[in-house]
Parts: sequence; C-alpha cells; structure tokens
Amino acid sequence: MNGARTGTLASLRGSIARIEAPSEAAMPNRIALGHTSADAILRGGLAPAALHEVFAAGHQGGAATGFIAGLAGRVSARKPLVWVRQDFSDRENGALSMRGLAELGLDPRLLVTVRAADVDSGLRTAADALACDALGAVVLEIWGDARQLDLVASRKLTLAAQASGVTALLLRIAATPIPSTAETRWIVRAAHSPPGNAASAWGAPRFEAELVRNRHGPVGRWIMEWKCDECQFSEPSAYPQPVAAAPAHRPHQAQARAGHRLAS
Amino acid sequence: MVAKDHNAILLHAIDEAAVRAGLSIGLPLANARAICPELTVYDADPAADLKTLNDIADWCDRFTPLVALDPPYGLFLDITGCAHLFGGERALLQIVINALSRRGFAVSAAIAGTSIAARTLTRYASGQVIADGAEAEAVGPLPVSALGADPAVTTGLRRAGLKTIGDVASRAPHEISARFGADFTTLLGHALGRGDAPISPRKPLPDYIVEKRFPEPIATDTVIALTLSSLAKTLVAAMEKQGKGARQLEASFFRTDGAVRAIMVETGRPVTRPEMIDRLFRERLDALNDPLDPGFGFDLIRLAAGRTQIVVQQQRDLDTTVHDNDEISAMIDRIAARIGGKRVVVHLPLESHIPERAALALPAQHHLAAASAAAWPERVAGEPPLRPLRLFERPEPIKVPFASVPDGPPHQFTWRRALHAVVRVEGPERIAMEWWKQDGAALTRDYFRVEDAEGQRFWIFRDGLYENELRDEEGKPVPANWYVHGLFA
Repeated sequence: MNGARTGTLASLRGSIARIEAPSEAAMPNRIALGHTSADAILRGGLAPAALHEVFAAGHQGGAATGFIAGLAGRVSARKPLVWVRQDFSDRENGALSMRGLAELGLDPRLLVTVRAADVDSGLRTAADALACDALGAVVLEIWGDARQLDLVASRKLTLAAQASGVTALLLRIAATPIPSTAETRWIVRAAHSPPGNAASAWGAPRFEAELVRNRHGPVGRWIMEWKCDECQFSEPSAYPQPVAAAPAHRPHQAQARAGHRLAS
Repeated sequence: MVAKDHNAILLHAIDEAAVRAGLSIGLPLANARAICPELTVYDADPAADLKTLNDIADWCDRFTPLVALDPPYGLFLDITGCAHLFGGERALLQIVINALSRRGFAVSAAIAGTSIAARTLTRYASGQVIADGAEAEAVGPLPVSALGADPAVTTGLRRAGLKTIGDVASRAPHEISARFGADFTTLLGHALGRGDAPISPRKPLPDYIVEKRFPEPIATDTVIALTLSSLAKTLVAAMEKQGKGARQLEASFFRTDGAVRAIMVETGRPVTRPEMIDRLFRERLDALNDPLDPGFGFDLIRLAAGRTQIVVQQQRDLDTTVHDNDEISAMIDRIAARIGGKRVVVHLPLESHIPERAALALPAQHHLAAASAAAWPERVAGEPPLRPLRLFERPEPIKVPFASVPDGPPHQFTWRRALHAVVRVEGPERIAMEWWKQDGAALTRDYFRVEDAEGQRFWIFRDGLYENELRDEEGKPVPANWYVHGLFA
C-alpha cells in the first residue's frame, strides 16, 4: 500500500466519520432556541445567515407573529431588527404593537418597520435590508399566496442573507407552502394554556410548532413556550410532551379508518 | 375670455383684434356682443392660468433660484449676481423675452433696481434695463395705472388730475398719504427706487447649487447618470470645504421645451460621499411611477443641496457602533429613497395609557437617534404578556350573545364570522378614556384577555360601564358593544 492510497483511504474514512457523526453534535455558530429537543433536531439551533419560513393559517396571525418575533429575538439579540410588511397586513392582523413586543422581551428601540405597498416592493426592500450587515435579522411578512415569491425570489433572499450574515425570516400567513430555498420551514399555531383553573391559568405564550422542512436534518413537532423574561423558547412547563407527538409515530391512518368502518 | 363676477359675465381677457374692435377688459359680455357680434368667447380658467404661471416660474429657475410669483400674470426674478452668467442684464432680458415669445406667450419684461419699479416698467415700457438710481426718471412719464394700485386709487388720481407717476411724485408725500393711504405712498416710493419690497421666492434658497448646461440637449440615461455623478462630485467638493454634508438633495431636469422635473431625496444623516448621492438618485429614479421623460432632451441639469448640516467627524475604524449606525442609516436612506420616507418608521413611546396612543411611528430617517434612546415602559418580570402583540388600529366589533354577570366576560363571541368559545379569562382591566382631552363622548373600557378553545388569545373589551354609562335617557340599561382590540402571541 503506497502513501497516496493511504492518504486517500484516510480522507475517505474521515468523510465517512463525518457523515456518521451523531446528528446531535452541535454545528458551530448555531443559535439555540432554548427548547432542548428542537435544538437537538436542529443540531444546536437555528442557522444564522439563512432563510427561515414560518407558515400559519389566516386566523393564527397572533401566534405566528409571536413565534417569528421569538425567532427574531433569538437571532438578533441586541442588534437592530427590520420588519417589512404589506400595507394591508395591518388591517388583517393588526399593527405590530411596541408594548406587546416589549412584553415578549424584545426591545422596540431596535426595531425599524417598513410598510411596503406590494409584494414586489416588500421583496426588494427585504433584499436591500439583508445587504446591511449591521442588522440582526430581517422579517418579511407577506399575507396570502404571492406569485412573486417563487424559487427565484427565495434564492435571492438566501444569497443576500449568506452574503451579509443577516438572518432572513419570512412570515407567511394564509399561504400555501411552495418550494423554496429556506433552511427551515415551520407551521405554527397557538397551543392551549396548561390545564388548570380557568380564571387564573394565563401563562407564557405557547406555540404548537411543526418543523416540516429541515435542510440538514429530520423534522419534528413540539409544543414550545416562550419565556418572556429570558427571551428564549423552552419546553412547556406543565404539559406532558406526548400530547404533541410527531405524526410519524401515530398508528397507521388506513388501519384506523378500517376499524372505524367496521364499527359503524 | 369671459369670467363670471357677481352674476354678470364680464370680459376677463381679450386679444389684440378685440382691442382694435373697441372692447376692453371688464365690459359685460352682452355689451361686447353688441359692439362686435362675431366675438369668439371662451370661459376663463384661473386655475390653469396659475398653473401655467407656475410652469413658467419653473422654467425661470434656470436663471436664478429666486423666482417669485406675482399673480395673476407676473413673475419676479431676483437676478442679483446671476446676470453675468448670461452675458449681462440686457442679454439676459433678451433671452427671456425671446424664449417665452417663441413659446407663444406675450411677454413684457424689464430690469430695474427694485421689484416694483421693474413691474411698473413692464406695464408700459417693456424691454428696458434701468440702472440703479435712474428709476424715478424712467417711471416718471408712465401713466399711474402702471403702478398696479387699487383701481379706486388709480381712478381717484386721474380725477385729481395726476395723470403720470411723475405728477404724483411731484406732490408732497403727506398729501398723497392723506388722500390715498400710506400703502400707496409706500408703493410709489418703491416704484421710484426709494426702498424695496422684498419678494417672496417660491422655494427657499438651497445652500449649494451645482449645474451643468448642455449646448446640445441630452436624452440618454447613461449621459444623465454620468452628469449626475459628476455634479455630485462637484457638490461634495464644495460642501467639504465648509465641512458640511447634505440632508436634502434636489435634482432638477430642465427640458428644452420648458418642462422642468424636480426630484428630491432626503437623508437621515448628512451625506458626504458622491457615490452615496449617486446611489440615492439611482434608487429614486428607478422607483418613479412616471419615469423621467427626456422628451427632446434636457439642456440643463441642476443638483442642489437644500438642507445641509455640519458633519462631525468620528473615529471610524475602532468604534464599531459608529460604523453600524452609519450602515443602518445608509440602508434606511436607500429604502426611503425608493419607497418614500414615511414608509420607513421607528417607534417612540407616548405618555398615554390609551393602548392605541401609546406609541408613535415616525420617519426613521429623522428620528433614528431619538428612537434608539427612547425609554419604553419596563415589562413586569414573571408576568405573562399584558399587552397584545398585534393591535388593530380600529377595534373590530364582535358579537357577544350574553355575559353571565353584567360586568363579566363573555362565554363566547363571534369575530370575523367565526365563533370562539372562551376557555380562559383574565380581567377586567379598566381603562378610562382621556376625559380631560375629549368632550366625554368616549366610554370607559373593560379589557379582558381571553383564550379560546383552540388556544388563540384575544384582547377584547366592552365599551362602557353598566352602572352609569350604558343607560339611555330614561336610565334603562342598553346592551354594550364588544370589540376585539388585539391578538396575543
């Protein structure tokens, strides 16, 4: 065995070792969300300098905004945040309230809001903002299905984010997911407060977050609670986890339906 | 041209043929038709007249930045220090008269030491250039109507036998004041070159102006862009000498056919780099709804710094926050140049407990520093959010079937055609309106934070208190209106 072959073998072994490395191994410079199992799936947390998408149904605007504000709060700690939204999203979901943002633990002083007239101008503005490396994150909020937001547009956002190191967060309310270059894609809805006395059980914001796409790892589904004081996500305090088990672990759908038909 | 004045249709403007036929301005239309039956009549349009005058004033900006309107038909140009650029005062006067006559306007123009003297001259002796101090003898032989005083005064003077301005000037001023008022004496004094009334230019004088004239009109985008960048360099060089940077820039494009297009950009910080000016204008020009139309070409492009500010030089390399702030305000300027400064906002807290008035959105270009130093109310540690994340500008009405106790929260409500069953409630939080500011029409609100069966959280309120506010004239209770005001995360 000569030296060249030994070298080749060594490098191959190295790459196999890298591939076989446990997925829990944290990637460098990932930003931990605070939710242990989600962070494990994401290999340490949310990747900065990439595009992340959050989808929600039309009536889940409040929860989706809270979730993306949480992500933005995690990735852009003490750095300015630019929030681009369409004119009519104020009417659909209400304007972003600074007091409400402060209640979530984010700093309204670091927020610059841009109202775009339409999707095109929103995309252009977001790309412009992403080019500014002094920012922590750029949130682009687009309501409904937008023809302009295709693979090309999301590629542009991804490239702009990679070039400057600013994280791009795309909030899509009442939209159907279409192929994109996003690093992760989440579908968010509001989750119940923990069971307890109806009159006193208002706790921290809770989200039922489903990770439906993860470019570099598996997906999952969790109940996440936002800790306003620590400005991070966490496992729900009083809920047992299996309530939000991943759909893959459920019994097979066809069987369940067959049983149902027999019974009726 | 006719115009309606107190229910009578009077002649408003007439052409030369009509003058020859014996008509005069102010004659009733019926009389005019009697004199000249084949009269062609149009309605006067004062708004269009004023617009035309403004357009001409725009065109005149090429001669001097100080152009004032003298409605209905006049313009003042302050050409102090400008005439030599056009080959002297007489040449300048010729250029103006020729150019406007070519476009079909009847022009009379004159140059004198005071604005009123020049105006008086234009009425009867167009094309004159009067040296300083020679006003009295120039306007002396002109009839008094040239002064443009009140018609009653003019008639009075004529009746008194004072036909020319010289006649009036030969009387003692106190006699004239006693008979015709001090205003007229002042006007007369100005016409005779004694003192001057300041003109009020249409636009404030920019701090710096650079411009480029083209013997051959230019029309291609490349040349326009190149011209703008070379102008930007000159402007920056001029400002740099005094340590200033531009906060507001205006590029004016003068078309050969007289149309003028002005494009303005504002910046959050004084701009000191030509590339930056270049980029801002490029963004702005790209985003124009009606693109720059060169027509037959531009023969003059001007770049003016409308507002400037002294630049404080900061150490850039070591202090990263300074660098970051520069980057951010440059980014804001770029976005604002394209979509408008009012669309890019920062938020300042307001001293008000009314939720919708607790924050103020202000243009980021001007208030970035104030916003980053603002003091927001601290959140109470350990508490869940007390205020919603999204707030409706106008609370949305919801249907509430009943509440178990009059002052209590609802069990269910219908919002946007969907029924929400209330599972959890926090409240009420009572917020009284600002009775010291308003007429007392606004009712006290009882806010509840509610969670529905799906886990969505709303901020709803009942408008009015049952015990004293929700009563009709006879004191009977009336049903309350409920609203959803915000969404919690």
